[in-house]
Amino acid sequence: MGGWAIAVHGGAGVDPNLPTQRQEEAKELLTRCLNLGISSLRSSLPAVDVVEFIVRELESNPLFNSGRGSALTAKGTVEMEASIMDGPSRRSGAVSGVTTVKNPISLARLVMDKSPHSYMAFSGAEEFARQQEVELVENEYFITEENLGMLKLAKEAEAILFDYRIPTATLETCSGGTIAVDNSLQMNGLPISIYAPETVGCVVVDSQGRCAAATSTGGLMNKMSGRIGDSPIIGAGTYACNICAVSCTGEGEAIIRGTLARDVAAVMEYKGLNLQEAVDFVIKERLDEGIAGLIAVSRNGEVACGFNSNGMFRGLATENGFMEVAIWE
Amino acid sequence: MGWAIALHGGAGDIPLSVPPERRLPREAALRHCLQIGVAALKAKQSPLDVVELVVRELENNPHFNAGRGSVLTTNGTVEMEACIMDGKTKRCGAVSGLTTVVNPISLARLVMEKTPHIYLAFDGAEAFAREQGVETVDSSHFITPENIERLKQAKEANRVQIDYTQPIQKDVKKETPTPEGDSQIGTVGCVAVNNEGNLAAATSTGGMVNKMVGRIGDTPIIGAGNYANSLCAVSATGKGEAIIRGTVARDVAALMEYKGLSLKEAAAYVIEEGVPRGTAGLVAVSATGEVTMQLNTTGMFRACATEDGYSEIGIWQPVQN
Repeated sequence: MGGWAIAVHGGAGVDPNLPTQRQEEAKELLTRCLNLGISSLRSSLPAVDVVEFIVRELESNPLFNSGRGSALTAKGTVEMEASIMDGPSRRSGAVSGVTTVKNPISLARLVMDKSPHSYMAFSGAEEFARQQEVELVENEYFITEENLGMLKLAKEAEAILFDYRIPTATLETCSGGTIAVDNSLQMNGLPISIYAPETVGCVVVDSQGRCAAATSTGGLMNKMSGRIGDSPIIGAGTYACNICAVSCTGEGEAIIRGTLARDVAAVMEYKGLNLQEAVDFVIKERLDEGIAGLIAVSRNGEVACGFNSNGMFRGLATENGFMEVAIWE
Repeated sequence: MGWAIALHGGAGDIPLSVPPERRLPREAALRHCLQIGVAALKAKQSPLDVVELVVRELENNPHFNAGRGSVLTTNGTVEMEACIMDGKTKRCGAVSGLTTVVNPISLARLVMEKTPHIYLAFDGAEAFAREQGVETVDSSHFITPENIERLKQAKEANRVQIDYTQPIQKDVKKETPTPEGDSQIGTVGCVAVNNEGNLAAATSTGGMVNKMVGRIGDTPIIGAGNYANSLCAVSATGKGEAIIRGTVARDVAALMEYKGLSLKEAAAYVIEEGVPRGTAGLVAVSATGEVTMQLNTTGMFRACATEDGYSEIGIWQPVQN
């Protein structure tokens, strides 16, 4: 045992009809991030720096729902949130309601390192960002054409959901025979084709056995302005301690209610489960009817993932040569 | 089995020398809140209703750091947060950054019951409050002279720390109530269980004196300052950053569930080992009607009662551990 390990994710809950090209793009991005992480770890960059670095990469890429490419609020704007946690010290930083900060995860890191607090939000977070002179952009920078389209579909779906019919827009993208399948695949009350997996994240254990976790998101498509999900909530979407680091994704409310990330560590600590057992336990027992996934690493250089959703964008690698990038089971 | 209730008005460095004119109104408030909580449980109100109603009472009382009487941000404004959780269903609601809502805990309950979300903050939360027609007032309503003074002292203490000059005399101004340690006072909360074993927890606060605008503490963080499931309900108070780091409320329940500890053992472990000395206190009840109140600070305003007739009101550390 021992050695470094890294995992990245781009969200749990994937449209089964996702075009092949999109799947390939996603896998390429995950692979690239894994490789960036691996070379950082080989150069002895500490875990907390690696997770920040990788999540910045994911935020800057419009493919997933964080930073650029974030899901949109009901008003058509972007409100981002992120959190980072350093295992050995259990210090953390989190931000919510960030609208002009190019890399929310780096602002979360600054909250942890440069403020007396752990969590800053909305205009206070933006003011802190200005004081810290991080890179700021217009809110439009984060908004993509694709997500504007998704928002429209989400609003239609919300109107139609009460009629218990599938939005006509998605019918065009799937064959008649799969209607029943699509109707049952919902997350957070939206059909999976317009749900947009929520989050990106990275967990790392470096060669000194230090664990760290980072998570970043634009949140739920068509969310109420001011809605906060699980990603900035320490113990829910993100957690790291001496023995492991965890980053979650999926239905935010279920992850919060299940204190998912903390529970992985708690069952290891208090029940003596190993990493994979802990991950499996939490996914099976802590989600009730919720749908989510998570990635985790342990101090011993193990890596694991688990999800009860339809797929999760993920990449995993360990020092002894294991590497896997996948979407489906 | 049987019902049980516990409530707190904040843990911190409550000096033993606190003068009667500051101690007595708070003791009276704790007694009053305990009475109304007990009466509600006896009248078979749900624990969720009970914790909300007790916390509303504490929010309305200007002597505690929640609702009216909230401590001030560095800008001299009020930003309130609250959280409520129903143990049976694990449904929860949280709010942050409120400036005009008279009872933040009730808005948290509405988030839980009237939205598909758990947590709303700042402008979005205020807009939701208006949609729901909850009582709102000008934010000056929440600001008390005591807290204006606390903020002033906190700012002076900060400047002094940077300048390395003589610390401010603590007893210089008779009319100001607050020695520096008192500025750590945080949060109100209530936990309750009925005789069917249903649990609920509610916590509310103005946060930390001189906090940066936009700072969120442990109170609205499920698993940190507030938590309830089918085993226990917990409300914590103290230094927010330490309570978040220690996932205090969740850990009490996790120790019971995963390690089989009793409520008291779990709470004691978390308070003694899970957070640094001087940073936290909590109140908790279990599904079987037990209650515990623990602190590693100088004091915590607290009260509890159980169906078998036990009741207690306290401020400082108990004589025996």
